[in-house]
Amino acid sequence: MAAGALAGERGDGTEIAIAGERAWCDPRGALYFPAIGLLCVSDLHLEKGSSLARRGMLVPPYDTAATLLRLQAVIDHYRPKTVVSLGDSFHDADASARLPAALRADLAALTVGRDWFWVAGNHDPRPPAGLPGDTVDALAVGALTFRHEPTAAAPAGEIAGHLHPCARIVQRGRSVRRRCFATDGARAIMPAFGAYTGSLNVLDRAYAGLFRRDGLMAYMIGARRVFAIAGGLLQPG
Amino acid sequence: MTSQKPIEQAVSTAILPAPFTRWFAERGWAPRAHQLELLAEAQRGSSLLLIAPTGAGKTLAGFLPSLTDLAGRPKRRPGEARRGIHTLYISPLKALAVDIERNLARPVSEMNLPVVIETRTGDTPAHKRQRQKLAPPDILLTTPEQLALLLAGPDAARFFADLRYVVFDELHSLVTSKRGHLLALGLARLRALVPGLQAIGLSATVAEPDQLRRWLIGQAPRGGMAGLITVTGGASPDVSVLDSRERVPWQGHSSRYAIPEIYELVKAHRTSLLFVNTRSQAELLFQELWRINEDSLPIALHHGSLDVSQRRRVEKAMETNSLRAVVATSTLDLGIDWGDVDLVIHVGAPKGASRLAQRIGRANHRMDEPSKAILVPSNRFEVLECRAALEASTVGAQDTPPLVDGALDVLAQHVLGTACAAPFDATELYREVVTAEPYADLDRETFDRVVDFVATGGYALKAYERYARIRKTKDGLWRVSHPRVAQQYRLNVGTIIEVPALNVRYVRAGRGAASRGGPTLGKIEEAFLETLVYGDTFLFAGKVLRFEGIRENECYVSNAPGKDAKVPYYGGGKFPLSTYLADQVRGMLADPKRWKALPGQVADWLRLQAKVSVLPKRGDLLVETFPRAERFYMVAYPFEGRLAHQTLGMLLTRRLERMGARPLGFVATDYVLGVWALGDMGQMFKSGKIPLGELFDEDMLGDDLDAWLADSWMLKRTFRACAMISGLIEKRYPGQEKSGRQVTVSADLIYDVLRTHEPDHILLKATRADAAAGLLDVRRLADMLSRIRGRIMHKDLERISPLAVPIMLEVGRERVDGEASESLLSEAEGLIEEAMGR
Repeated sequence: MAAGALAGERGDGTEIAIAGERAWCDPRGALYFPAIGLLCVSDLHLEKGSSLARRGMLVPPYDTAATLLRLQAVIDHYRPKTVVSLGDSFHDADASARLPAALRADLAALTVGRDWFWVAGNHDPRPPAGLPGDTVDALAVGALTFRHEPTAAAPAGEIAGHLHPCARIVQRGRSVRRRCFATDGARAIMPAFGAYTGSLNVLDRAYAGLFRRDGLMAYMIGARRVFAIAGGLLQPG
Repeated sequence: MTSQKPIEQAVSTAILPAPFTRWFAERGWAPRAHQLELLAEAQRGSSLLLIAPTGAGKTLAGFLPSLTDLAGRPKRRPGEARRGIHTLYISPLKALAVDIERNLARPVSEMNLPVVIETRTGDTPAHKRQRQKLAPPDILLTTPEQLALLLAGPDAARFFADLRYVVFDELHSLVTSKRGHLLALGLARLRALVPGLQAIGLSATVAEPDQLRRWLIGQAPRGGMAGLITVTGGASPDVSVLDSRERVPWQGHSSRYAIPEIYELVKAHRTSLLFVNTRSQAELLFQELWRINEDSLPIALHHGSLDVSQRRRVEKAMETNSLRAVVATSTLDLGIDWGDVDLVIHVGAPKGASRLAQRIGRANHRMDEPSKAILVPSNRFEVLECRAALEASTVGAQDTPPLVDGALDVLAQHVLGTACAAPFDATELYREVVTAEPYADLDRETFDRVVDFVATGGYALKAYERYARIRKTKDGLWRVSHPRVAQQYRLNVGTIIEVPALNVRYVRAGRGAASRGGPTLGKIEEAFLETLVYGDTFLFAGKVLRFEGIRENECYVSNAPGKDAKVPYYGGGKFPLSTYLADQVRGMLADPKRWKALPGQVADWLRLQAKVSVLPKRGDLLVETFPRAERFYMVAYPFEGRLAHQTLGMLLTRRLERMGARPLGFVATDYVLGVWALGDMGQMFKSGKIPLGELFDEDMLGDDLDAWLADSWMLKRTFRACAMISGLIEKRYPGQEKSGRQVTVSADLIYDVLRTHEPDHILLKATRADAAAGLLDVRRLADMLSRIRGRIMHKDLERISPLAVPIMLEVGRERVDGEASESLLSEAEGLIEEAMGR
């Protein structure tokens, strides 16, 4: 990801529809539903850096700041009425407690004047310590259901995270791998938003049964725009 | 002290115990002069560097001081404390231990010496390692990584207390890498533990022996050098360049044109070693030879990606002289003894004079007979390079690369290792570290930053104090904060970063990634496999293979006989042309009198160039411009190697963009750089709109370089290695790679965050220094830019010149790795629109 994107530069998105609901894939990794003024981000993994540091990997302690800066840019841009953080917002159970005071204040400021939902994730099943917002297991809004882990049995309209999808194409003997929004029109799986989050190929077995085979599209995130790539062009690995 | 000293004097002062003189006499041998000289000097307490060609009895010479000393040592009485290691032998290759077994174990057993010799490598079972710590052998044969591990153990001081000698084999190849830095720090540690320690370095001929002599000696005070013993002589090799009946191609690296002639040479000799520079060339050459191998000569293939058992089989067959030829890459470069090789064929240009000399040394291990070698250039520029290498070989010129300053990531690893062994005082450790030659110029401030990095990551934001790996305690010493830290250190020790690679499994065709079973052919870099799609064919392990798919850590392939390999497999080392050979080639171009030595067709090519354009003077840079097919080309001839040219290409296109020439792309080879643009660069140079001197000004290495580097894949790749070596992130092992991709944090992500938030971090500093010396070859580019200042010769032409033909044939062929992926995404997206008729 280029520095521009980290700093929250505006880029071109791409429109998609999930269960008939129009949404905008922002190249910073957020999904915006204009009709209901709802912004969704997933897998922020805040304080992943300090979580690794605790285990002896002293990675730069700037990941939370970087992630929040980007989140702020997206929120400033769309000015949503509602923000849904789709689970694994914090990297571990004490991560919200470790949040440095200044960043905690920044995050709290983002929630002011809007509805804010923390969807529970496997990394952060309990509400974050001392932060505004409602913690929910899942959130239903019209035809849409926001849930951390995708479930194969769910009806159309599921927006999920958890898997950190990326996609890979091979074009003219070169391989390009990027984070992506993955959707078949009935369900969308969000890319991970956090600065230190890795990714898993959308063709991996972990995604089995989640998408209609012929309807899969990967909206791959480039430096400044989102590219719509048909499932048939995707490569595993 | 050199071998010019009268032999009698050395002989008279060396004390060779009776079993040795008897052993030599029984075999009708006499110890060689350099062996006795080294022994005498070592017995006087000196550290020494022995430079000798292969076959000179280097190994025995290196061990004579140890063996004679051990032979005279009284037996250990019952109840007496066990003695520690007497001699450490360190070699770059595990495989060398086999060789040592032959050169050392045999005399030891034949003389019945009371000497225990053991190896310790990554493959040594845990129980044996444990036993070695309790009951150390007299001589321990090991690798740089194992030495680091031994030094980081809590019992290191006791383990090495009795050490007298440390012998470094193939020192010339050890010192040029980060492995050499780690080893230099280990040696400094050993010297601190055992003040009287003597170091003995064994090396092939190098350009600057004094560097190695300093490397062996503690640099406090600066400048101390080990004694030097040089064995010259041996018959000079008989080297020639293949004078082909065929037309030598303009470009390419396949040498296909010469295959029948190479085959004839193999037929005319007993055993030939065929060296190539890359694995893809090895595969191709092997394939082409078998295509015409009507006599079914036993011809084998050997390169680093092949399955180990396959490689061992080939090595065994070589030893027993049952092969007629082996096609090999640099895996066979080091001093492993081979059977009766009577011809070395170097296919493709050798890239360096010393490299060629070492490869030729593989043929014929008897010093007094000349080795025979034939160079087969694969294109016209390579003809010039081969000729230059041949002349260098005649005069014995050497061009081994100069040593670089010790890397900071390696120092970080060493600091942590030191703390794992025992608490350390920072000032004392600093004093010790600067005695290691590569770190002699290290300033205290940088050292302290490295210690700070090891402790808490060294960030401006002090967020990790409570997670510190090492802490300064009240007594002023730094200690490991948790036993887990030592454990992590042990798992991540070493400086060799494995390129992610997948096992290649041979299966039946048509089942794709659902395949199972099948034998392993070897390993291929993931980066290459990622460029393949189902059904692609490529050459590997001597076969044409079809790509079936990837599952977890395995790549499935099936046989595709009779097919042409569609995708070339890049891999193996690509060495840039050495500075010395580059200068020779420039000299040859500038001097028509020397063209007589070249094949007629190549000399004609140069004459034509002189007629329609110009040939540059030796120190000058020729820049040609010409229009072609609605574009404008600029071709420059710096001869500074592919890496430096790539960097130059990146920087020049940035500048040309700014200066309004609208550049579209560039292509670089070892010899030439070609840039194409929409603007008429020739016109712009002539009119002064773009002054050439300004375009090629050295200041491009300032801001332009920084700006470009910021986003360059090369810096990311370099950072990944630095992050692993320094212990910032853990090394990954096969099997860990694929599982949980989304939970591990990649070096690229860390790099992005660090560069944005703390661009002056010590690890970024280390990364930039590394990239400048490595992938970017900035030093060489800087030397070139300063050399050509005021000496740029511009020739504006109406059409392409003869000299420019090779690079023009490369346009659109050579890719610049890792760049421009956005446009590929855009292209893939467009495919749908096309299909949908939009």
